[in-house]
Amino acid sequence: MSFLTNLINGISLGSIYAIIALGYTMVYGIAKMLNFAHGDVIMVGGYMCFCATTYLGWPPLAGVALAVVVCTALGVVIERLAYKPLRMAPALAVLITAIGVSYFLQNAALLIWGSSTKSFTSVISGSPVQLFGGQLTITRVTIVTIVACIVIMLALTLFTSRTKMGTAMRAVSEDKGAAQLMGINVNTTISLTFAIGSGLAAIAGVLLCSAYPTLLPTTGSMPGIKAFTAAVFGGIGSIPGALLGGILLGIIEIFAKAYISTQLSDAIVFAVLIVVLLVKPDGLLGKRVSEKV
Amino acid sequence: MAMLEVTSLGISFGGLRAVDELSMKIEEGGLVGLIGPNGAGKTTVFNMLTGVYRPTDGGIRLDGQNLIGKKPHDICKMGVARTFQNIRLFANLSVLDNVKTGLHNEITYSLAESLLHLGSYRKKERAMDARAMELLGVFGLEGVAGYKAANLPYGQQRKLEIARALATDPKLLLLDEPAAGMNPNETAELMETIELVRKKFGVTVLLIEHDMKLVSGICEYLYVLNFGRLLAEGTPGEVLSNPEVVTAYLGE
Amino acid sequence: MDKLKKYTASTAGRDRLLSFGIVIIAYAVVQAMVLGDSLSSAMQGLLVPICAYIIMAVSLNLTVGILGELSLGHAGFMSVGAFSGIVVTTSLADTVPSGVVRLILAIIVGAICAAIAGVIVGVPVLRLKGDYLAIVTLAFGEIIKNIINVLYVGKDASGLHFSILEQKFELAEGGKMIINGPMGVSGVQKLSTFTSGFVLILITLFIVLNLINSRAGRAIMSVRDNKIAADSIGISTTHYKLMAFVISAAFAGMAGALYAMNYSTITAAKFDFNTSILILVFVVLGGLGNVWGSIIAATLLTLLPELLRAVNSYRMLIYAILLIAMMLFNNSPLKARLLEKRGMKQMEKLEKSEKGGA
Repeated sequence: MSFLTNLINGISLGSIYAIIALGYTMVYGIAKMLNFAHGDVIMVGGYMCFCATTYLGWPPLAGVALAVVVCTALGVVIERLAYKPLRMAPALAVLITAIGVSYFLQNAALLIWGSSTKSFTSVISGSPVQLFGGQLTITRVTIVTIVACIVIMLALTLFTSRTKMGTAMRAVSEDKGAAQLMGINVNTTISLTFAIGSGLAAIAGVLLCSAYPTLLPTTGSMPGIKAFTAAVFGGIGSIPGALLGGILLGIIEIFAKAYISTQLSDAIVFAVLIVVLLVKPDGLLGKRVSEKV
Repeated sequence: MAMLEVTSLGISFGGLRAVDELSMKIEEGGLVGLIGPNGAGKTTVFNMLTGVYRPTDGGIRLDGQNLIGKKPHDICKMGVARTFQNIRLFANLSVLDNVKTGLHNEITYSLAESLLHLGSYRKKERAMDARAMELLGVFGLEGVAGYKAANLPYGQQRKLEIARALATDPKLLLLDEPAAGMNPNETAELMETIELVRKKFGVTVLLIEHDMKLVSGICEYLYVLNFGRLLAEGTPGEVLSNPEVVTAYLGE
Repeated sequence: MDKLKKYTASTAGRDRLLSFGIVIIAYAVVQAMVLGDSLSSAMQGLLVPICAYIIMAVSLNLTVGILGELSLGHAGFMSVGAFSGIVVTTSLADTVPSGVVRLILAIIVGAICAAIAGVIVGVPVLRLKGDYLAIVTLAFGEIIKNIINVLYVGKDASGLHFSILEQKFELAEGGKMIINGPMGVSGVQKLSTFTSGFVLILITLFIVLNLINSRAGRAIMSVRDNKIAADSIGISTTHYKLMAFVISAAFAGMAGALYAMNYSTITAAKFDFNTSILILVFVVLGGLGNVWGSIIAATLLTLLPELLRAVNSYRMLIYAILLIAMMLFNNSPLKARLLEKRGMKQMEKLEKSEKGGA
């Protein structure tokens, strides 16, 4: 049974990674940039929900809504102020700016909420579900996380394939110039992508803090890096790739912790990533792009 | 024995047969043209000759030595140098350093000498400078030796690419549309330079050109490629009067 | 010909002059301040770290600026150098009495171990491209951190003992733990001095600048500018990529040994992703491929939080804002216009000197 428990926990953790990775991948696909501040948006989402429920006494769902609204706005503002002026700049300049934004968010959080750990009350209450006569226990957070991930995934796939805005998004990620000539408003489309990505980050933040209830200004960094890894693992720019990469990463991490070593679990996760990229240099579901000579 | 012998060369990309059953023979010292309409597979042939692509079938021999499966830099060491249709210079290096990089395997010194600038470093660098300037001189580029390669006008960039290729001291020089984007005067001048280079450096030249009239002026022999297959071959006179060639170029 | 010599001598020479000039003058000024007792102890404590960061930045510039590949795991090599250096100095504490000799040995061993790590990481990593390469260097950096974090090294009369995950060896009487898993190293003898850091910077600059202006350096830059063209003129691109990467790692190892020998305790967590990023920021702000730029950026950005101490709680926030502002300015139309003006002036100068010379 412990195998099954680990598997479910792995899928749950992986679902959180997948939701964060979706944001990474969408932004990468459209703006061709590694948004290193994405992980810190998760942290902001966590704090927002925490403030709403703990200080203001709002119901959990309202807390989640606040987190989503604030992070969505934050994502758009970051893009407008810090990334938009650099659209023509070399990729490295954008990367460093993203790192600057990440420092900014972490230190702003440090000033506002201090360096002490906040203990987060899960937004999902209720006793764990018992299966097989109590042999298998699944927390409600785990179930909600997995369901949320599936719902988000389906919604995003439908959005990008069926709606006008979604098509515009795919067009911009293929070729900005051509999309503009077809009458697509590139700036709006990029803003929308950041908005969706950051909104998802807020949800991921709340789910992450519900499952692992400690909140610090640096809470988002490591999940951010892991989710970034997950996005690359699945093939950066690909939405199903982000899901697959996130889930696999979560499972590998939990299994490494359970059966090999807690301290080496990160090393194992990264080692698997390296092996996958060496065998499939563009990730599991990535598109092969070769240079024309 | 011909210097370059290509036998039944073919390559497929997925389901697309880009080049099929191509055989060519180039004698030492020759100036041969490879022509054909857009998309005929000319550059693909160059990419196979230089090891960028590995042919699906057929053989390539240079002076009797097999080239198939060799890495591009090894093929260069065996004596094949090339230029590119879309110019590929070392954009951030100076014009002089571009040619000196071409001398990489001609004038050598060890890594230790590179790191410490001891021993024959100075002597070898001076020899490289002199040789590079000599090559730039052939193309009238001495005056811009200190410029960043990216800042050169288009025509000079094409010439610099040829100078860099010559720096590797090739037996066979492959020129991919050397006159592309040049005006008629520049083109005429370039063709003269190619003739001159062939004599001065004793190098065999195979050049791709889109414009048939242009090559017929200097090439001794032409291969015409269409849809990846050899359509015709012969002297320029023979090829130009071949009705199939005319159809391929002008359409039905 | 003469004109050409003057030109090449001027660009390579200017970089050389600026790089060495900045370092030597800074050293002299700081030494004078130390003698005059006008340097706060906090500042004095930063001297060796600044030297180490300068070496880190210059060496990372070799990978990012000269080779043109983004590395996000440079701190990993620093870590390898730091811990292997510590093992050397601690285990030689009785046999080699001279601190300077032990420091030199530590730096050499640190460089060799980091170079070996560079080969192990470089061979697989350099087959990848762009962002994929970057993420794998990040992964390797984290793996190195994790492994050192569970490494136990002890020394007793019978020699060195190693184990991972837990301490699986018993030390004989009089034995000493050198690396103690996540607790890291404690009780390190401080052997690094500002002068040793200064000398190490000079050595680094000498070798890196020589490399850039050499056959091997041109080959590395040709791979950066156009890999396919480099291949076509007979340059083995994999060979030169690996060469640049390994040399870069070796210097990071030296910097690590120097850095570690400045603190009495040190843990693997010190050399994490954030440190790699910090070094990358130095390189990008100093200018890709610009060695003296890396020196200045590393110095200023290490000092900046200290200088902002007056606004203590806001300093990292200000640091972040300055970082963003600098990147925005560097890529703004304003800066482009300024550069264009300067470029036109240079062009005019070049043309004038050409006319004058001809």
